Amino acid sequence: MNVIVCIKQVPETTEVKINPQTNTLIREGVASIINPFDMYAIEEGIRLKEKHGGKVTVITMGPPQADSALRQALSMGADEAILISDRAFAGSDTLATSYTLSCAINKLKDFDLIICGKQASDGDTAQVGPGIAQQLNIPFIAFVKKIEEISVEKKYIKVEKMLDEGYETREMSLPALITVVKEINEPRLESLRGKLKAKSAQIPVWKAADMETDAQWLGMNGSPTQVIKIFTPPKRQSGQIFEGDANDVVEKLVNKLKENKIL
Amino acid sequence: MSISVLADKCTGCKICILYCPFGAIKVESKFAVIDLDKCNLCGACPPACKFDAIAIEQKERKVTNKEQYKGVWVFAEQKHGVIDTVSYELLGEGRKLAEMLQEELCAVFIGYNIKEKANQLIFHGADKVYVADNELLNDFQDSAYAKVIFNMVQLYKPSILLGGATTIGRSLLPKLAVMLPTGLTADCTGLDIDIEKRLLMQTRPAFGGNIMATIICPDYRPQMSTVRPRVMKKLPEDTSRKGKIIVVDVPLTKRDIMTKVIEFVKDTTTHVNLHDADIIVSGGRGLKGPENFRLIQDLADVLGGAVGSSRAAVDAGWIPYSHQVGQTGKTVAPKIYFACGISGAIQHQVGMRTSDVVIAINKDSHAPIFQIATYGIVGDLFQVVPALTKKFKEILK
Repeated sequence: MNVIVCIKQVPETTEVKINPQTNTLIREGVASIINPFDMYAIEEGIRLKEKHGGKVTVITMGPPQADSALRQALSMGADEAILISDRAFAGSDTLATSYTLSCAINKLKDFDLIICGKQASDGDTAQVGPGIAQQLNIPFIAFVKKIEEISVEKKYIKVEKMLDEGYETREMSLPALITVVKEINEPRLESLRGKLKAKSAQIPVWKAADMETDAQWLGMNGSPTQVIKIFTPPKRQSGQIFEGDANDVVEKLVNKLKENKIL
Repeated sequence: MSISVLADKCTGCKICILYCPFGAIKVESKFAVIDLDKCNLCGACPPACKFDAIAIEQKERKVTNKEQYKGVWVFAEQKHGVIDTVSYELLGEGRKLAEMLQEELCAVFIGYNIKEKANQLIFHGADKVYVADNELLNDFQDSAYAKVIFNMVQLYKPSILLGGATTIGRSLLPKLAVMLPTGLTADCTGLDIDIEKRLLMQTRPAFGGNIMATIICPDYRPQMSTVRPRVMKKLPEDTSRKGKIIVVDVPLTKRDIMTKVIEFVKDTTTHVNLHDADIIVSGGRGLKGPENFRLIQDLADVLGGAVGSSRAAVDAGWIPYSHQVGQTGKTVAPKIYFACGISGAIQHQVGMRTSDVVIAINKDSHAPIFQIATYGIVGDLFQVVPALTKKFKEILK
């Protein structure tokens, strides 16, 4: 079974802080990590390989420093990694990103399943996974919490898909794409052997010219959406604190809620 | 495509550095220098510069003929024949946008045996409802639903198309956007119209809610957004409203059904789902064990609310993941959010901090949750939560 996992390197969101004086983002010293949801995608790919054989190829589109995210995936147990990196991709929105990744996947050709994390923690769009499936014209199921059955011979996958009000089991034919949620597994730590292997691994860098691409759909040109303004959300003020006997504080709270017409 | 700093305008004021989400700008000898390896051409710095010193140029690109596209459309979601609340919220917001543009508001209604319910959408603000009613559309199917809407868009050419940022909307609309192709902005919390340019201004949180971004789609149509549930206001039902119901052809075959639903399993651990709830009561590590979620459930039941949880409680196996609020769980924005025994790490905050009112109960007065709480109770949740349940039971009788 050949699995392709698409990942993204993101700033550690929890460290992106606001400077209270200027009300703007503080970026200094913010670490880059693999998008948390992509960790589940990598883990699921490796588990499928361990059970069914084949290989796991991890791809990412990003700046040169995204190389370190790929090495981390290799040290977890992925077999190959490709960095898709070119100035021509800068300014990509989700449409251009899904197009570029699909061009890379077309070049890789031989795959049974593509796995993406449900969304990236910086943009939170959840749009690239379904977008890739449409670019490749293959079936997809978003928000998968469990793979119940998968067979390359029968070209078949059956999964549990998370819904707002429960879940459903769905099946589709392979090759296909899934996006996964946290519940699907517990990502493993990198092994020492994996780290050593990853350190010396050759990671090819594919530029636009290395793939079959149409320049009009790349980067900023291929991105219908544009950011015109970035601002900090109005700060939440901390409010009133009550302390003391449980019944007293509950009384005070309820009076406040009534007073402010919240109840 | 390129980004450049104009030497005659840059004063070296450093404001742009603060606005760059990628840490790509430095000021050297009173002049901004952009590191092209880090810059993502995201567009955040040009509007931030007070001196118009940063310019992003792009090549001319293929665009849709915008003049032909008119009207605001809403994808009206239904499940098992029941129209989702988010559909009414979208109609409420869509009505506002349509009136600003002086264009019509239409709903797209897809499913099986749903035709009779289409007038509900008119009562909530739609001028027209396009109904696609077919057996093959009984279950939600990305492929089939997307094909049906794609055909309608080609035929009727709406200028704006909105959907809910639900598990359905966030699966269907990304596919549709690639098919058309056009731009799609995810999980918007604010929509407005630039009347002069007749453009949809789409505002959404990014970086876990640490910043807000306003996004436009200037050259492609329709302009598409998914909109966060419980943010927009629905209009009161008006059964005297008149509108047109148009049944469209559904040129589908079984081949258009790319995934098959085998079984639907309702989450029975909760009576109300988190996205629909006006009130959410969440429990965390402070509950000390799974059996104590009973206290949370009791309070939620009295208030008709849903039960949420912190990541710690889910990781400990006390409650299923579907209840998790926060960065790796759900983002919620109820009218009242109770955080019981939750310290309020930033990962939890990003999932709930747009709630109208936050009530925190924690015995640690230094817990970060108190920094964002509208009301805080410093105390033992094992006493406070049952007291709240009792009190609300009395007054809500």
